[in-house]
Amino acid sequence: MHPTTSAADTAPKTYAWEIQATGLKVRAGRKKMAVDGLDLSLGMGAHGLLGPNGAGKTTLIRSLATVLRPAEGELELCGRSVTGLGDLRALRRRIGYLPQEFGYYKRFTVREFVEYMAWLKEVPKADIPAAVQRAVERVGLADRADHRMKTLSGGMVRRAGIAQAIVNDPVLLLLDEPTAGLDPAQRLRFRELLQELGRDACVVVSTHLVEDVAAACSDVVLFAEGRLVFQGTPDVLAAAGGSEYPGDSPLERGYSALLQGTEQLRGTW
Amino acid sequence: MSEEHASTRLIGGYARGDLTMAADTVWALEAHLETCALCRGRLAAAVTTEAPGIAALLDTVHAGLGPQLDAAVQAPARRWRPSWASAWLTPVRAPWLAMTLSVTLLALLLGAAAPPMLFGTASLMVLIAPVLPLCAVAASWSRGLDPAHELTASTARAGLPLLLRRTTSVLAVVLPALLVEGWLTGAMTAAQWLLPSLAFTSTTLALGSVVGVTRAATALVALWGAVIAAPAWDTGRVPLALQPDQLPLWGLLLALGTGIVIARRNAYSLPRNHR
Repeated sequence: MHPTTSAADTAPKTYAWEIQATGLKVRAGRKKMAVDGLDLSLGMGAHGLLGPNGAGKTTLIRSLATVLRPAEGELELCGRSVTGLGDLRALRRRIGYLPQEFGYYKRFTVREFVEYMAWLKEVPKADIPAAVQRAVERVGLADRADHRMKTLSGGMVRRAGIAQAIVNDPVLLLLDEPTAGLDPAQRLRFRELLQELGRDACVVVSTHLVEDVAAACSDVVLFAEGRLVFQGTPDVLAAAGGSEYPGDSPLERGYSALLQGTEQLRGTW
Repeated sequence: MSEEHASTRLIGGYARGDLTMAADTVWALEAHLETCALCRGRLAAAVTTEAPGIAALLDTVHAGLGPQLDAAVQAPARRWRPSWASAWLTPVRAPWLAMTLSVTLLALLLGAAAPPMLFGTASLMVLIAPVLPLCAVAASWSRGLDPAHELTASTARAGLPLLLRRTTSVLAVVLPALLVEGWLTGAMTAAQWLLPSLAFTSTTLALGSVVGVTRAATALVALWGAVIAAPAWDTGRVPLALQPDQLPLWGLLLALGTGIVIARRNAYSLPRNHR
């Protein structure tokens, strides 16, 4: 038997926020500044990242996943600055990341895929089989674990993606459009999982679906044109919108009210 | 673990669920049981003798579960890809290695079949051997060729450790093939091409920390082709750069490349260097 807790689990936290950005600017491509002067502090819990298309959500998530380096400003993840040119290994072990569109090896089975990702994330070798089985069960793919990735449906591939993101029990979990391709029943199950994960990790979920945020997130971050528009609970967001704003639910009306005046809402759509 | 074990009396009391046991005793006993297989075995034996009620309950549960477990469909345990292989090679790399090996084979066949005056003393193999590993190295760290690149880029192993692993696996396949071929043709000594090809690999990695590994490899292959291979092909002589007295220079290049790779080891985790 090996102990189920390690020194790292019981060590005191030496930072106030899992994610702390000050004046953060991140480039998408050569010219466009997709995140443009963002100040944001996020702690434990499930945070819904809402915003219109092209608001810079994906760029923000990618920079939080340490895939993109900030152009300006300061970004601290789990108390460690990622702006310099330092060794990110220890930090990356604690990150789980599901990209919006992720490639995978079609010939791998679900188990092999999640195992490979666990290996890449430096999960201790002895823990990998158990961690993989647990992650696969949590997303409800246990019966498909030994099927090849190319035989899975779109929703199942996405769930396999969620499984690889949570396989290392991340402190910082970044999910970019995780509900795309999930059917309604799976979405409900995913919201439960999200609430569960939000209890002991900082989960950032980027989404277009306001109702996902209302149901599963403790906190809403509204983001437009690379800047923070609103941060607060779903209730406060709902209270911001009156009946004069477009939308079918209080949350949607609050979303429209807060985004009024930004470019995207005045567009053709 | 420890040489001391729990007494039979303690284990018996624990198995019976003895409520008079002090809480700290139970705690210490459980902590010991977690780490001691011997005492867990004794506890299992104690349950059957000291607490027949629990043993009977367990048997009932077993009897109930047995048929269900038998009915469950066993997943086919298909492990046709050993897990160590994916640690050294991404699955998409196999075609690149195959290509590199077939180029080696082709060079051998051409060298054997073509009349000597076509190549003179510079066999085709001599000209391609130094840059051959670069093709496969380039493919090992590229955004365009690896579908799971976005996932890989954010993991702890991304960066120099993974790049070195993949480069090593390329060299482990390509160099023996070149060695066998050099021995078969007898055109030149191993040191003559081995050192240049290692030097090129390390220079690619060093340059790769600035412009990206794939770009660095492409540039170096082009440079080699234009400056050394093409003139040598023309004149039919072993190029000056591959003459034995140039070996110290290649050694210097290898050392320089390795030094830069070590100095810039953290730069490889930046995804802009994955192109």
